[in-house]
Amino acid sequence: MLRGGYGMTQEKPPTGPIGPSDATEPADGASPAQGAMSTQTEPPDDSAGPGSESGKGAGSRMGRMLHGDNPVLLTFLALVLAGLVGAVLIAIGDPATRAASKYFFAAPLDTVSAALKAVGNAYLALFEGSVVDPSSFASGSATAILGPISETLVNATPLILGGLSVALAFRAGLFNIGGQGQIIIGAVFAGYVGFAWDLPVVVHVLVALAAGTLGGALWGGIAGWLKARTGAHEVITTIMLNYIAFNLLAFLLGTPGFQAPPFGQAISNPVEGNARLPHLLGGDLRVHAGLLIALLAALGCWWLLDRSTLGFRLRAVGANQNAARTAGMHVERSYVAVMLIAGGLCGLAGCAQILGTNPAITQDIDAGIGFDAITVALLGRGKPGGTVLAGLLFGALRAGSVTMLSVTGTPVDLVQVVQALIVMFIAAPALVQAVFRVRARGGVGQVLAKGWNG
Amino acid sequence: MSAVELATPSGGDPDQDDLVVVKKVVRRTSTKRRVITGVLMVALGVLCVLGLGLGAHPGVSATFQLGQPDAAIGVPNLVLPARTAIVVLGVLIILLGLWQAVRGFGRRAMRWVGVVAGVAFIFSFLCWAATGQEGGASIDLVGLLSQSIFLATPLILGALAGILCERSAVINIAIEGQMLTGAFAGALAGSMAHNLGVGLIAAMIAGGLMGALLAVFAIRYVVNQIILGVVINVLALGLTGFIYDALMQPNQDSLNNPGFFSPIKIPVLGDIPILGPLLFDANIIVYLMYLLIIVIDVALLRTRWGLRTRAVGEHPKAADTVGINVLRTRYRNVILGGCVAGLGGAFLTIGAVGSFTKDISSGKGFIALAAVIFGGWSPRGALGAALLFGFADALGTLLSFISAPVAIPSSFLAMLPYLATIFAVAGLVGRVKAPAADGEPYTKE
Repeated sequence: MLRGGYGMTQEKPPTGPIGPSDATEPADGASPAQGAMSTQTEPPDDSAGPGSESGKGAGSRMGRMLHGDNPVLLTFLALVLAGLVGAVLIAIGDPATRAASKYFFAAPLDTVSAALKAVGNAYLALFEGSVVDPSSFASGSATAILGPISETLVNATPLILGGLSVALAFRAGLFNIGGQGQIIIGAVFAGYVGFAWDLPVVVHVLVALAAGTLGGALWGGIAGWLKARTGAHEVITTIMLNYIAFNLLAFLLGTPGFQAPPFGQAISNPVEGNARLPHLLGGDLRVHAGLLIALLAALGCWWLLDRSTLGFRLRAVGANQNAARTAGMHVERSYVAVMLIAGGLCGLAGCAQILGTNPAITQDIDAGIGFDAITVALLGRGKPGGTVLAGLLFGALRAGSVTMLSVTGTPVDLVQVVQALIVMFIAAPALVQAVFRVRARGGVGQVLAKGWNG
Repeated sequence: MSAVELATPSGGDPDQDDLVVVKKVVRRTSTKRRVITGVLMVALGVLCVLGLGLGAHPGVSATFQLGQPDAAIGVPNLVLPARTAIVVLGVLIILLGLWQAVRGFGRRAMRWVGVVAGVAFIFSFLCWAATGQEGGASIDLVGLLSQSIFLATPLILGALAGILCERSAVINIAIEGQMLTGAFAGALAGSMAHNLGVGLIAAMIAGGLMGALLAVFAIRYVVNQIILGVVINVLALGLTGFIYDALMQPNQDSLNNPGFFSPIKIPVLGDIPILGPLLFDANIIVYLMYLLIIVIDVALLRTRWGLRTRAVGEHPKAADTVGINVLRTRYRNVILGGCVAGLGGAFLTIGAVGSFTKDISSGKGFIALAAVIFGGWSPRGALGAALLFGFADALGTLLSFISAPVAIPSSFLAMLPYLATIFAVAGLVGRVKAPAADGEPYTKE
């Protein structure tokens, strides 16, 4: 009953077109009436990030840029709006501002200037921690100058991989909240190969990467298989698999053979040097080869989605599974395939964490990447190019937040708030358009995941 | 061909031949399911007899405390020879399974048979665990059960919140965020006002505000509800974490020291043996939870509001046609749901530990969501599921205190609720269904 009777995609009466629900289309719905079938002859133009409108005239591009429905403009406005809310939080959290607000009615400018100072300092520290610190030029050392960028890239690497995983699943109509579990299992597999096996130099790291990918794919594949076989909704199964992976890791971190001697702390044996991803810019800067893997993976995802038969099948299933089924595609097999690949990508993110960034596995190996990956994929609008850019942005926020904490004492949680707000604003273009009073053609928001019945 | 499809016309069809065919089809599908469940039960019984029975140390008795030392009416302890008890219970499960496989229980009876088999297995498991200790451990059964209710309280409240939203077709993955905000606001306002009642109300308002955020974005801005829920959870985590680090952490005494509701023993009811300490010696949030369960269960099925909510959840267009304001119903239910989830969050701080810490809800909102689905979107079902999860949690704590014959890592016990949910969701699909319009925005044409 359930497997046959999936509900329609959201927002439409059963007879409606498929277009608006398809994340591949621009927000203004260039071809809302095109179904999955007609895309066969004319694949949607989404090969790169949200900014690229390749193949269109310069004049029309300018027109689109100024339009309220332009994705780049909307993204920018969403960033600004989220930054403004973040600024309010910084001001609330700042002791000096709070002290000044106690006599707000006597001297309101004191409060305002204190707040502006706090916000300015915090955002400046965020920038210095993620892009470049002007004061480091005086020292003249490359390590100091490139340090912030390196940290941004280190943080961006797993975010890009995780974001690609979520984005890929989105395009096939699945919502992968299981990034946390897949990263944990990927890291456990890769880490185990990394410290327990004894292999030659290049082989070791490759085998560890393969093991990590396999682990993540396995964990993601379970959710895909359950969905295909029984119709269990992937949102529930992936959330549950997260907790199972978390507890499995807790068990492993207390088990001799996995836990590092003297068995006092919940930490695994350190990964051997042979299995570590090499640093790209010398030993002092932490940016490692995982970044190249992430970029290659983005390229691979783009090829998979836009150039391969499997990718076409996945997108067709994501756009309208009933149409895809009618066209003779194996919808269930697509679920398993996409969750295997998505899990594998998160497994690679786990590899980047354990073979590149951290020396050993701890309970916190996921570091919230599994959930942040969702926001990355949403900001990237489900496209590989966009996901890379979004991963870089959120990687910069993560890197900068550490500096922000140490310099101005602003808690790092601010970044989480800002990330969540960015995604909410992007998902609700009408709100952003109303706030900034830009023209709108009344497009529909993104629809990427489906309800319990479908 | 599904059984339902064929069976439907048979009611009004007088043709005898068709009727025979129908019966055959129905019979065949149910046989498979019947035999599978029967065989599974037999396997459970065999596991019980062979695994637990042989694993239990012979000659040791298990003691179950049923009363409390200071109770008005004393209840003697239940002392069982562990091995014999396990074998008897195991054989009972096997017999039930055999009957199910060969003859089959009715649908109604099967539910109770399942409960009996489950309880029998858990009981023999406890017997087995008790034999690990020299002379047999004593298990505080009432304590275990009341701990289960204690741990299930936030889950039940969260699940009720989910039901309120989802019955009017707004998917609520943000239960976690609503609970977290409620927990935070309860601790903050309770400390600032030096009054737990204020904290309780603040928690409900804060949860309701998060619910309103969900409602506005889901209904007004038509944002995908699953994604929205996940993002609101991140927002709540970030927001509470930020304010905790910036304000509460440096001022623990003045801003994060609300205290907590102490248990209120209800005069006569509280003295009933076993049931008294179990149900009628709890704090005010637990009593509010009892009230909410009853009110929501009755209201959903028996009142005008409930009928309208269900209509909006199943077929909004039809509801709109007969003059029900679909969007207003949804706004109201989602905000109400947020308030209930906020109350559940308050239980975590001012109901239990008396202070807020970062991410104090730690996934309880997601378990509540699982309870909603496990319980088939009905308050009673969700109550059962939440109690089961609470029991698994309490059992894990208990087993870390008594030494079982074979040590079970606590991590595996902690996994149980999640595993159970996966099995339930995978096994129940097709038998329980979400409200038909769940997650679908409604726009008037």
